[in-house]
Amino acid sequence: MEKGFLPRENLSQLHAVLCQQGYKVIGPQVKDGAIVFDGLRDIADLPWGIVEHTEAGAYRLEDTGDNRCFAWNNGPQGLKPWLFKSQQTVWRGEATSDGIRFKSEQPSPQPLAFIGIRSCDISALYLQDKHFMHSAYADPWYTAQRKQLCLIAVNCSRSNDTCFCESTGDGVEATYGYDILLDELDDGYLVDVKSERGRAITAALPLQPGSQQHHKQAQRQLKNARHQQRVMPDAEQLLKLLEHLNDKHWQDIAERCLACGNCTLTCPTCFCSKQEAEVEPVSGEHHQVRYWDSCFSEKHGYIAGMQLRGDVSQRYRQWMTHKLATWQAQYDRSGCVGCGRCISWCPAAIDIVAEANLILGDDHD
Amino acid sequence: MTDYVPIRARLMVTTEESPGLATLHLKVQSETPFTFQFGQFNMLSMFGIGEIPISIMGWQDGLLMHTIRAVGRVSTAMIGMQKDQELGLRGPFGKGWPLEKFEGRDLVFITAGLGCAPVVAAINYAVAHRNRYRRIVILQGVKHHNDLLWQPKYDAWRTMGDCQVLLAASEESKRKHHWKLGLVTALLDDAEFDPRHCAVMICGPEIMMLAAMPFLQKHQVRDEDIYLSMERNFQCGMGACGHCQIGPHFVCRDGPVFHYPDVKPWLGVKGF
Repeated sequence: MEKGFLPRENLSQLHAVLCQQGYKVIGPQVKDGAIVFDGLRDIADLPWGIVEHTEAGAYRLEDTGDNRCFAWNNGPQGLKPWLFKSQQTVWRGEATSDGIRFKSEQPSPQPLAFIGIRSCDISALYLQDKHFMHSAYADPWYTAQRKQLCLIAVNCSRSNDTCFCESTGDGVEATYGYDILLDELDDGYLVDVKSERGRAITAALPLQPGSQQHHKQAQRQLKNARHQQRVMPDAEQLLKLLEHLNDKHWQDIAERCLACGNCTLTCPTCFCSKQEAEVEPVSGEHHQVRYWDSCFSEKHGYIAGMQLRGDVSQRYRQWMTHKLATWQAQYDRSGCVGCGRCISWCPAAIDIVAEANLILGDDHD
Repeated sequence: MTDYVPIRARLMVTTEESPGLATLHLKVQSETPFTFQFGQFNMLSMFGIGEIPISIMGWQDGLLMHTIRAVGRVSTAMIGMQKDQELGLRGPFGKGWPLEKFEGRDLVFITAGLGCAPVVAAINYAVAHRNRYRRIVILQGVKHHNDLLWQPKYDAWRTMGDCQVLLAASEESKRKHHWKLGLVTALLDDAEFDPRHCAVMICGPEIMMLAAMPFLQKHQVRDEDIYLSMERNFQCGMGACGHCQIGPHFVCRDGPVFHYPDVKPWLGVKGF
């Protein structure tokens, strides 16, 4: 289908149509010095004129004063917290005179429309789908919310210093998984539709035909965004990390790594969780609660009196070899989508791409 | 079968096996029969305290058996339960010993440590279906003679036809009748079985598994005839929480009983 064009002054109608069709609109906004996805009340709350500058251990916003609202690349979180929640009650128990009564925790999904999702985040979503939805035990909370997503993606018009989606095959252009795809141009948005859900929305928008100029500008922007500094070795090379398990470089990383877990929390594909028993003080109910966990946490590898990964070097090695190598056997590709969040949000400025290349050393052409 | 929400299991009898170690006999409160394979595990929860994975010890007189050692808060509370008290049960999870596949072969059980329930459960099964298997060889290592649980069972197995029971104590200075001094692996040289038609089932510390491999190789046991019961941190039992990974394997889902060739590259690699 031919791409349509939505003039910038009509962007608010996209928001209005989504609301009319019953979606809660989630969009990017500036919060606490970062781009954050949250409930979007008005198009005016989008990050107009904002770009971010990232490098290892750094994330800074700049107000350029231009008329674009999607010129940034990403913030600390993508879609993950909306589907795999950082805190989820998994069951409840009530003590009765007749013994314990166990209760399931019903999912409470709502139709959510995300504006501004990037190609790397869609790849991450599909990886999380494999883990949470297409496994032997489908996660009921993830699955229920996943079915009620409307994704309005945006192609990146530039790349940040920490972006490397070109080398992982996950960007910069979104090619699947979205309902509607936008290219943000000087005077508006090229609009591509992929799904019935998307068509129901664009049918209600005052779209004009996209001009040749519009398409040319979109192509120029993508070309510009494809210039990325970091290159993650390819999947086959990454498997060779498993031949370097005793490399002394793991220890070198451990001397810098704080084992804080920021990398795993900001990673859009990390899926580890732990469970805690909590007693609700008023009702006396047992709430079994699942929380995000990290392979950097001390108890992650604990078994009956023994810690499998006592050294931070072992925890970093577990994270990297899982993400880049053993993940391939589990889910048919590497678990890294090249978003670069783990690099910019690492307080010790550890760069997974640089470290992987260093460990692979001579193996890597 | 219950995965996300526990079902109730009522404590009928507790058998104290040794100080701090007990077998709970539980009546599963379920309308559908509770079926399982030996080597699988359940997630058991104590109200208000927490949930832990425990391997299935067996089924007797309509009751599910779990042998539990008091290590942390949850297990300590479990072995202190009163009759008729309830716990929560999710499971069974994971893969057990493929005992049906082993029919017509010699069975070799190698275990070390206290109360290796997954292997004892499999021995009980093999003994109960004695005519399906050829020779049964049981090798068990402990630190002290007194650490051996279920001693009467071992005595009974020893007197059973075509069954060899070999015991080793690693931290004793005097040898007792039927015992050797040293590690369980030292017993392998005395084990009599047909290495071309056998199934070897090993449960215990990984260091013991590693130590057993050269002995098994010496006896020309093939890797593909060896099975291991592995232990890792399980939070969910469903291959979701990520804690139990060994390389590409989720131990709770792909194990805990593994075909040795599948985990061979990862066995004994520190930190995995």
